[in-house]
Amino acid sequence: MAVQAIAAARPGAVPSALKEAGLAALVAFVLALPLVGLQTVDSGGGALGIATHFDRVAYGVAAVFLGRLALIFWRGRRQSRPADAPSVMARVSELSARFSLPIAVVGIALAIGLPFMPFASRYVVDLGTTVLIYVMLGWGLNVVVGLAGLLDLGYVAFYAVGAYSFGLLARTFGFGFWEALPLAGAFAASFGIILGFPVLRLRGDYLAIVTLGFGEIIRIVLTNWSNVTGGPNGIGNIPRPTFFGLPFERNAPHGGLTFSKFFGIDFTPDHRVWALYFIILMLALLTNFFTLRIRRLPVGRAWEALREDEVACRALGINATNVKLSAFAIGAMFGGFAGCFFGARQGFISPESFNFIQSAIILAIVVLGGMGSQTGVVLAALVLVCIPELGRDLADFRMLAFGAAMVGIMIWRPRGLLAHRAPTVRLHRRGDPVPAPAGAAP
Amino acid sequence: MTLAQLAVNGKQPLLEIEHLYMRFGGLVAVQDLSTVAYRDEITAIIGPNGAGKTTVFNCITGFYKPSAGRLTLHRDGGRMLLEQMEGFRIAKLAGIARTFQNIRLFAGMTALENLLVAQHNPLQRASRFSLAGLLGLPGYRRAEAGAIERARHWLDKVGLLDRADWQAGNLPYGAQRRLEIARAMCTGPTLLCLDEPAAGLNPRESAELNQLLLDIRAEEKIGIMLIEHDMSVVMGISDHIVVLDYGRKIADGTPEAVRSDPNVIKAYLGEAEEEEMPEIVASDLGLAG
Repeated sequence: MAVQAIAAARPGAVPSALKEAGLAALVAFVLALPLVGLQTVDSGGGALGIATHFDRVAYGVAAVFLGRLALIFWRGRRQSRPADAPSVMARVSELSARFSLPIAVVGIALAIGLPFMPFASRYVVDLGTTVLIYVMLGWGLNVVVGLAGLLDLGYVAFYAVGAYSFGLLARTFGFGFWEALPLAGAFAASFGIILGFPVLRLRGDYLAIVTLGFGEIIRIVLTNWSNVTGGPNGIGNIPRPTFFGLPFERNAPHGGLTFSKFFGIDFTPDHRVWALYFIILMLALLTNFFTLRIRRLPVGRAWEALREDEVACRALGINATNVKLSAFAIGAMFGGFAGCFFGARQGFISPESFNFIQSAIILAIVVLGGMGSQTGVVLAALVLVCIPELGRDLADFRMLAFGAAMVGIMIWRPRGLLAHRAPTVRLHRRGDPVPAPAGAAP
Repeated sequence: MTLAQLAVNGKQPLLEIEHLYMRFGGLVAVQDLSTVAYRDEITAIIGPNGAGKTTVFNCITGFYKPSAGRLTLHRDGGRMLLEQMEGFRIAKLAGIARTFQNIRLFAGMTALENLLVAQHNPLQRASRFSLAGLLGLPGYRRAEAGAIERARHWLDKVGLLDRADWQAGNLPYGAQRRLEIARAMCTGPTLLCLDEPAAGLNPRESAELNQLLLDIRAEEKIGIMLIEHDMSVVMGISDHIVVLDYGRKIADGTPEAVRSDPNVIKAYLGEAEEEEMPEIVASDLGLAG
């Protein structure tokens, strides 16, 4: 039936479709023959033998052949649609930009209401906390990558700086979470500037490599500088956040009041989980509010201008050095806040938590969400954190499903889930009788 | 030449170029160029392709550091030595704005945003390290409203007011050229440098460009330097023309003087005696009739 449809659409398409599918099958055969078809086995007494599975190869090749045909058919169907009809997601992303305020209100209401939902077990709230950490990291990195256009592959370094700042301040000076939070942000911001200076001249791939190296340097220093950072053993006993000095414990350490005693409610360990959830929600919203606001300020516009054309920026008298450093510093600061929270939530930090995969996931959240889109980051963080969680049943195939989902999104929406830039300022109000809207073809 | 001599005929020098050299390895792109651009005048730099015109612009605007020579800008009674200034400071402090041969707008941003980025320095000062801006203090609000008003003025001037909220990259080519000029003017320059502003424009758009540049000269009282191949623009509006060939200055003077200079004709057409000048070239150079 598929073949007939193609033949009806374009005469001569069937042979070419068969040829294309045949080629794909051939490639699959060449790959599968050694990888799937031959298996080394112990043929008794430790001698190496080879078992053949040609039936599996045949299934695989047939699947690729039919799959390719189906893909060609599907693409043919898509092309027969009018070319200028916008795809569903394009319309969704434009609508999401237009109704950003109601979406934000509903989103915040949902986020606040989550712990009070009937299905909100401790696991769900904990998962929500994880998602929000990534949302916050994504929003922080969005300043550097999405707005300023500086590809940063080592963002986790600032997350680590924030976490270790808190860990060390708590161990050495007995700081609590709320006292350490601003300091952790300040330390991370200074590391952002330290990283920024040497990489000012670099762009694109070269910048990415240096930032990647910076992320690894931080992790390796943390691993090896044992007498300060505790090396691979990390730092434990990090104090938990308190509610204006009231700890979320059954009994306060020095006989003082606890949260549950102060409010006269029964103690449950859930209180702390809830409190952590609301703290990270607040921090994330603060990040978002700050980013949205600064985007409309001269420095925010300069970031975007720098992303678009650095040479033109210099010709307009903009100090590109300061603009880049401010982007690095502010992005790093939010990473530091998130790291401080991470330390307080886990109660224990070690270099293991700050490896390259973390950087990659945060960057993936920004890119998949749509560079510079705040709502997109939320969506992408939900997808990227929840897919591996939902996929726990898939056991070994979990990361495969994760990878397939990412490839799928990149094919489907190469510029990210929500790629629609809203202007920071308008001269004409939307809906005024202006000849053509923003973004329309001339 | 001393300043007193330069000011003789009531003209105020704006930019003095003295013995400018620019070498790239063994190639001498600009050789011993000396000339003066005056305030309230349009100075054109013309010459065959590869004559070093854009190199001169890049030296003036700080994208290249000259190998030798001095570039002096006179502003508010003071003097600035451009060859000693860092790139972005030339635009910020000396007030030299430029456009590019291949348009360099911020394509993903709207026309209005492009003009606001051009006013970055005064706005950034008003936002006090972004603090006043973050808090939305009245001082910053006033500064921003003023910047938008200025952007509106220039959008109106270049005829893009109704398309202020369009993405700059989606504007038609001619509109992009005009927007780039408006963006340069939003920096509040003392000298406007235009690199081939008429390239790719049709005759009607060229004529509009002429009018725009004449208006800017008359209303803003600034100096304009332009590189141009379109002779209808060059001959129509320039007060002063400098002709370069292989990096050397071969003529410098009024359009009338340059037009009939044998060196210029030779540089553009080869030896004039050997063959008849094609009519279309003659008309382009304004020699016909």
